[in-house]
Amino acid sequence: MGSLEYLLSALTPLNLLLALAGVVAGTVIGALPGLTATMAVAVLVPFTFAMEPASALIALGAIYTGAIYGGAYAAILLNTPGTPSSIATTFDGYPMARAGSGDLALTLACLSSVIGGLVGAGFLLVLAPPMATVALKFGPVEYFWLAVFGLTLIASLGEGSTVKGLIGGCLGLLLAMVGVAEVGGDVRFVGDSKALLGGIDIVSALIGLYCIPVLIELVATPVAHLDATNRVASFRLREATSILRRGKFNLARSSVLGTLVGILPGAGGSIASLVAYSEAKRASPRRDNFGKGEPDGILATESANNATVGGGFIPTLVLGIPGTPPDAIILGALLVQGIRTGPTLFTQQAPIVYTFIWGLILATVIMLPVGLLIGRFAFRSIVAIPKAVLVPGVALLTVLGSFAVHNNLHEVQQMVLLGLMAWVLGRFGFSASPIVLGLILGSIAERGFVQGHLIGGAKGSVWGEFFGRPISLGIIVFILLGLLWPWWAARRARGTGGANA
Amino acid sequence: MPIRNTLLAATLALSGSLAFAAYPDKTVNYIIPFGPGGESDISARLQEPVFKKLTGQSLAIQYKPGAGGAAAWAQLNGMTADGYTVMGTNLPHIVLQPLQKDVGFKTDEITTLFWFHYTPDALIVPADSPVKTLKDFVEAAKKAPGATTLSGSGTNSANHLAQQQFDKMAGIKTTYVPFGGTGPSNAALLGKQVSGSWGYTTVKMQLGDQVRCLGVAMEKRHPAIPDCPTFKEQGFELVGGAYRGVAVPKSTPADVQAKLAEILGKINADPDFIKKMEEGGFAMLNVGPAQMGAFMAKVKAQYEALAKEMGITKK
Repeated sequence: MGSLEYLLSALTPLNLLLALAGVVAGTVIGALPGLTATMAVAVLVPFTFAMEPASALIALGAIYTGAIYGGAYAAILLNTPGTPSSIATTFDGYPMARAGSGDLALTLACLSSVIGGLVGAGFLLVLAPPMATVALKFGPVEYFWLAVFGLTLIASLGEGSTVKGLIGGCLGLLLAMVGVAEVGGDVRFVGDSKALLGGIDIVSALIGLYCIPVLIELVATPVAHLDATNRVASFRLREATSILRRGKFNLARSSVLGTLVGILPGAGGSIASLVAYSEAKRASPRRDNFGKGEPDGILATESANNATVGGGFIPTLVLGIPGTPPDAIILGALLVQGIRTGPTLFTQQAPIVYTFIWGLILATVIMLPVGLLIGRFAFRSIVAIPKAVLVPGVALLTVLGSFAVHNNLHEVQQMVLLGLMAWVLGRFGFSASPIVLGLILGSIAERGFVQGHLIGGAKGSVWGEFFGRPISLGIIVFILLGLLWPWWAARRARGTGGANA
Repeated sequence: MPIRNTLLAATLALSGSLAFAAYPDKTVNYIIPFGPGGESDISARLQEPVFKKLTGQSLAIQYKPGAGGAAAWAQLNGMTADGYTVMGTNLPHIVLQPLQKDVGFKTDEITTLFWFHYTPDALIVPADSPVKTLKDFVEAAKKAPGATTLSGSGTNSANHLAQQQFDKMAGIKTTYVPFGGTGPSNAALLGKQVSGSWGYTTVKMQLGDQVRCLGVAMEKRHPAIPDCPTFKEQGFELVGGAYRGVAVPKSTPADVQAKLAEILGKINADPDFIKKMEEGGFAMLNVGPAQMGAFMAKVKAQYEALAKEMGITKK
């Protein structure tokens, strides 16, 4: 590999320091609900303008990868995804924390994130130019089916009743329609409120739907937030590594899926972790335990979302098309630095590109000790802080986080209203995740559907456009598998049970 | 009473001229009505160092995205009018949005001081497309009306208007497929999900040799892409794109407004700044306070006529 020589140029003290500082800053920002990886990168971009291009990229990549990982803390300890990428981490992370294994969940999240990050960066290092073509194979129709695939996850989330999950999903889809339609420009469900023209913001909805009910419950019940079980929190590394060894196929599959989804410009960490989660669940012998505190769930989501970092850089650097929202900002920063991305970047600017990729790999490795230490600190603080301090503190963060979305009070109001709604719905057995899935995937599905319909119409064959493309057909097969598998598995189990009897 | 009013007026005038004498003597907040990473953000980032060089003060760039910019513009006139809060403005957005629906501001309420550049519309096809020239493009579209699909950054964006205008001029019918921004639109173009794309000169600069540019909506060819002909030289009177400027709350003192416009004009004259802008595919523009009235009247009439034809004006 001719690129190995650039490992040395990435190993300068300055670059290492930048990677360390970036990972720490990113992890902390990502851990705070409402402050996303996109924001972390945007806030810190100006500081990189004075740096060398490769160093600037390393700093930004480190912040980005740290923030995606940091989102897991809030997901596991507070049932609130710190960034949209860690939504699926709440499914099993929070139940684990409730059962007294929060420290183990955090260690697993850290190890899986590092592995996922390394796989994503590895693909970026070795296979970037050929992999970039994957991004181009995905047309509007494929995004539509991918979103539908994500929606089928609602049916198999396994928390509470399926019917209530579906109703929640529909509510989410309706929320996704609010505002000015991205394609077509129609104004929908706005009433007379100008504040709703921009639609429901996903980040403020996330904070409201997940965090507010948790806060209300904390205040309403006298028991401690997390069960510390009289045991000193530790890394529980031995337990974690044996779980990782058991889940090595899950890790590999989730990391590759995460890389692939990261390459797609229309999808991001949230979809990557959802897809990986649903595939891990389908393939697992402990299927029924998913959603109730199954470590494999965390392995899948956390490795997948960190793999999107490397994956997302592939189209960004090779094609000049940002793979994920933070990549869009990094692309802008590159333009300001005077670097043209594109197919020639890897040949003409090889020193910058490969120094950066090695820097990203180093940052991911640094995340291991940094993440474990911050994780232990976060766990101990959340367990040790009395509720009278924890609740107002988190409440303040929710307000700050939703305000920071657009520097606007509208999002704070939305966040509180949605949160109250989620709490009331929660009393009736509806959980937040289907609503959030509907909200995030609804707009992707709608966009893909309308665009696919327009293109199909122009070609004279709408049906052929939706059902005649190979990748679409592949995704449809997975959708059917996802929907029919639980039913089939149940039937088979019943069948064998009947035969024995 | 009259005395008090006079006193008040005098105080105001004094504080106004004091502000003028020193303006800017602290950091100026520059609000971008979009998210980070877009062209408005990049332009602001490029203006910042020159602003600092000229005035010794920094520009603090902030983002207030929402409703395609309308969320921020609706709040502009309620902000502190001392010249230390300024906001990016965009055409055709600030004309089209109030025409379509009540978005909380009217075009004439936005006090734009200076339009500093624009991204000219450009018609772009994949590099290996059988369509080699604008003539090929028009012929293909005539042969199969509606079958030519063109990606663009969004419904009612500048490139959507360009598509509508060009179809009318050439007497053709094409299908505009709106995407959520330039990035996804470019991905559809490179992936050949669509026949071509209505984008901007910046798109051509970003995608380089992967795409071919059939025409740019400029008076003269863009210095950074000299091999792409203008629509004008090919017989179509299409000149336009997405314009970017800087506005202030309307009650900002006149002398502060004048000073700010002067600074913006100086930034636009900085050779290094011009070089970076043109390398990015932007086209420089200098519409200051003196030309503002005539310029706005012209673009308003143009966009209003187009909006009426497209049927997007509110009842």
